[in-house]
Amino acid sequence: MSRQPGPPLWLLAELTYRCPLHCVFCFNPVDFALHRDELGTEEWLRVLNEARTLGAVQCGISGGEPLLRDDLEIIVGEAHRLGYYTNLLTSGVGLDEARAARLKEAGLDHIQLSFQDSTQEVNDFLSHTRTFELKERVAKRIKEHGWPMVMNVVIHRLNIDHIGRIIEMAADLGAEYLELANAQYYSWGHLNRDQLLPSREQLVRAEAITNAWRARLGERMKIFFVVPDYYEGRPKKCMNGWGNVFLTITPDGLALPCHTARMLPGIEFPNVRDTGVREAWYDSEGFNRYRGTAWMKEPCRSCPEQENDLGGCRCQAFMLAGDAAVADPVCSKSPDHGVVEQTVAHAQQNGPTAQPLVFRNPRESERLARPF
Amino acid sequence: MNADSRPVVNSHFRLQWEKTQQAWVLLYPEGMVKLNGSAGEILCRCDGSRSIDGLVAELEAAFAATGLRNDVVAFLDHAAQQRWVRLA
Ligand code: SF4
Ligand code: SF4
Repeated sequence: MSRQPGPPLWLLAELTYRCPLHCVFCFNPVDFALHRDELGTEEWLRVLNEARTLGAVQCGISGGEPLLRDDLEIIVGEAHRLGYYTNLLTSGVGLDEARAARLKEAGLDHIQLSFQDSTQEVNDFLSHTRTFELKERVAKRIKEHGWPMVMNVVIHRLNIDHIGRIIEMAADLGAEYLELANAQYYSWGHLNRDQLLPSREQLVRAEAITNAWRARLGERMKIFFVVPDYYEGRPKKCMNGWGNVFLTITPDGLALPCHTARMLPGIEFPNVRDTGVREAWYDSEGFNRYRGTAWMKEPCRSCPEQENDLGGCRCQAFMLAGDAAVADPVCSKSPDHGVVEQTVAHAQQNGPTAQPLVFRNPRESERLARPF
Repeated sequence: MNADSRPVVNSHFRLQWEKTQQAWVLLYPEGMVKLNGSAGEILCRCDGSRSIDGLVAELEAAFAATGLRNDVVAFLDHAAQQRWVRLA
């Protein structure tokens, strides 16, 4: 299939890999500490311009913690001026009143506030202590400035049994949308997968509780619950297709079809320091490699479902099967599906796992020094 | 929804003409809806100043058509359900 690809509609600007938190499911590359050379303000403004010219209209600004960039307001202001809808994805740490006011003035459209957690913070959060108070303050601030409030809580084996309390708190804080997204098993989440993957029983219970809350809250708060794909038997249509609508720019300037794709070996992704966004999107080998369906091997090549999921996630194929060009092993038709079944079987057992949780921090990152 | 209601795009949505898509799009937190031609023409007139009667008259004039009321009302019902618009 060689249709001309459409334009990128979503730009994800990862401003920095730096972050004050240490989430065990962090989606930044494991070796993030080795990529410290961040794009400067002018470079970001150029990227915003070029992507907007191509047609990008949704702009996610994330990290790391994007509030660590002093030029965040300048970047948001330019994105707004160019006509993007601007979304700030933040833990809320550092969002004091002065910055909130400046971001509002710069034209920021929306803040997604995440409840991050390490196990310590889960406890904080669940026991209404420090973290909760911080989130409460930030949530109030978000509402006072008239931003719609989307809360995102990453769900996993260690907090899923508290899901009712989590929903209740989000409702108390006045969120309009709550995303309960199960941890994804990439990067740090992959390192910690055995500790994070919930059991089937936990998932079933959590979904039932979520549905009961949906019925109770009605239109007041919309709740999204995302099941881990390990339990689905079919992969997700990752990023809605490789190089189809999503464009990520990493803190150090790599243009990627997805924020985890830099882990893939043997692909040279373009860097916006020396390549224009148009050329990166349309002409680079990296963006073209897995576009459409022509690259597929069996069983995807002759699969009647290939347009539904486009073979799933290339990074997951690489992590679990060692080859980015095979079917995503979460698919029950994949010859490598056994690795997923084993992991899932393991998650049904109780009892402690052998290896301790690895917290995301620069020291661990340098020690591990591997992409995922 | 009656003839005097004045529909207006909800404040948490932004309606915008996108040149590259040649379409009106509705933007909201982490999402976007690309509107088809008639949906776009209706929504871009929902600024709280026009009644449904006014809207229908204006559209019929703009497109030299008659009998658009049912379609307009059906779409506005749908849009209200999606919370894209509210009635001012
Ligand atoms: S997942 Fe946690 S540690 Fe990673 S960037 Fe987000 S807030 Fe920081
Ligand atoms: S075999 Fe490939 S294309 Fe078919 S459902 Fe599985 S992953 Fe999707």
